[in-house]
Amino acid sequence: MTRLKYRYVLVLQFLFSFLIIVGFLFPIYWMLTTALKPLRDTFAIPPVLFFQPTLEHFEAIFAEGAVLRSLRNSIIVATFTTITALILGVPAAYILARFDFKGKSNLWFWIISNRFISPIVVALPFYLIARNLQILDSFIVLVLVYLTFSIPLVVWLCIDQFRAIPREVDEASHVDGANLWQTFLLVNLPLAIPGIVVSAILVFITSWNELLFALLLTRNEARTAPVEAANFMTGFGIRWGPMMATGALIALPVLIFSLIVSRNLIRGLTIGAVK
Amino acid sequence: MSQLTPILPKRSASPRIVLSRFNIKWPALFLLAPAIIILFAVGIYPLVFAVDVSLRQYQLTKPYLGTPYIGLQNYILVINDTLFWQSLFRTFTFFVLTVPLQVISGILIAIFLDNLNIKWLSGLLRVILVLPIAITPTVIGLVGRLLFNRDFGFINFLLSLVGIEPIPWLGEPLPAMLTIALVDIWQWTPFITLVVLSGLTLIPHDVSEAGQLDAGRGWHFFRSVQLPYLLPGLTAVLILRTADILKLFDMVFVLTRGGPGVSTELVSLYVQRIGFRVFDMGVASAQAILLLVLCIILSRAYIRFFYREIQA
Repeated sequence: MTRLKYRYVLVLQFLFSFLIIVGFLFPIYWMLTTALKPLRDTFAIPPVLFFQPTLEHFEAIFAEGAVLRSLRNSIIVATFTTITALILGVPAAYILARFDFKGKSNLWFWIISNRFISPIVVALPFYLIARNLQILDSFIVLVLVYLTFSIPLVVWLCIDQFRAIPREVDEASHVDGANLWQTFLLVNLPLAIPGIVVSAILVFITSWNELLFALLLTRNEARTAPVEAANFMTGFGIRWGPMMATGALIALPVLIFSLIVSRNLIRGLTIGAVK
Repeated sequence: MSQLTPILPKRSASPRIVLSRFNIKWPALFLLAPAIIILFAVGIYPLVFAVDVSLRQYQLTKPYLGTPYIGLQNYILVINDTLFWQSLFRTFTFFVLTVPLQVISGILIAIFLDNLNIKWLSGLLRVILVLPIAITPTVIGLVGRLLFNRDFGFINFLLSLVGIEPIPWLGEPLPAMLTIALVDIWQWTPFITLVVLSGLTLIPHDVSEAGQLDAGRGWHFFRSVQLPYLLPGLTAVLILRTADILKLFDMVFVLTRGGPGVSTELVSLYVQRIGFRVFDMGVASAQAILLLVLCIILSRAYIRFFYREIQA
């Protein structure tokens, strides 16, 4: 390859990379800048790229309190969902990785097939059951319904992690007189921390992002941030600035978390079919 | 499940120890059971409940009617309900508009990244591609409202640069469908790119080198050398995209609310409307159960393809 041709290819590569970056980041960039723009600049034609940034929209939503409360609710729900899913899912994953028993493949099928169930199918009966139990609009109902996707997610991600730990480790532990609980808690659990952290982050992101269940099962008390954000669309005169500021507050933690687990996101989404 | 036995390491030096010390059926059950019981309670029980409701007259706005069993009437109603089939057909249209383009552009971007030998740049791109997949769909819907606004949206501004009149993206049926399709393409093309990339890394070096000698670097190389390694990943993507489009709710709900009219009302939005706007829980449950059957068929197909080892 001649030097000139090499340069030509290099320029094309940079150009194409630039297009990809702009194409996929622009909506996020536009949200952040709209959140920081004075309102009149939002409506400007042609759109303004340079403007005097302002925090007025953030101040407005902080002053009103509803958005902050919904963010707090989202943190509570996502955190409790994550903790509960880990407490239930991690031990189950360990047993599924280490033991054989009758009906195991059926159990495994069922856990995987949860990935495919449409949430609206679960939401309808869940609404009626929660109505009968009078737990609508509570944190507990959201945590419970979020377990339908988060336990499977934890189980299928952690099974892989436990399988990667050599069985000889377990044998050695038993030779030393440890029972199953000790082998699990003291030997396997520390070794599985990376996989557990990844599954925790993915569960947190999924619960944090969830709209359908939260929309149908909450009213005011337990309303989460996505529901609050979607509410900006109702009524007259959309308040673009505060709406984008809310969007930014919701999206930022997800963006940061997703960078941490970027290598494992695909594994989580495909239930391990694609590593 | 009473027969919990440890999986023996195949070439273990001392299976005797494992067997004697692993006499622990109950502790193992204790670790496994809580997850299963809870998942059963929140995952299976509601489905059984939904089947029961689907066999009843169950109108939340008319409590005086009670909730008597009415056999399969709800199902007959749903099967004869042209709006239900239209919403399924709309969902199918959405699939046709999005998935082929996602697959093609996903593969192209993946091959570009695979050939990109500027390490930091390809690393940066891989990280950026994760963001659209992870970001809250509700927020994407809100941003879509802004970008596709008829009067001051950035999309119409771009189009005006090449002399195209403003398009009422969210105001008319066909543009609205295109809008949600475009947003979905933006969000899920990276998913396919990343799946394809991981498939490309599976190709052994000598295979790809020999292939290059044989087939050069173009289409022929892709077809005969790379594509066979990509097929499992692409099959996974196809089944998952189908399931996810059947599930799709939040982005579309925020962006168009199914409108204008019912022009973007995908199946999960339709079921949601019948259940929570019309409050006819019986009919909505029957719809949901039919949807569930579709989901189960998809998951069976997926498992058959990708989890052969557990089909013992």
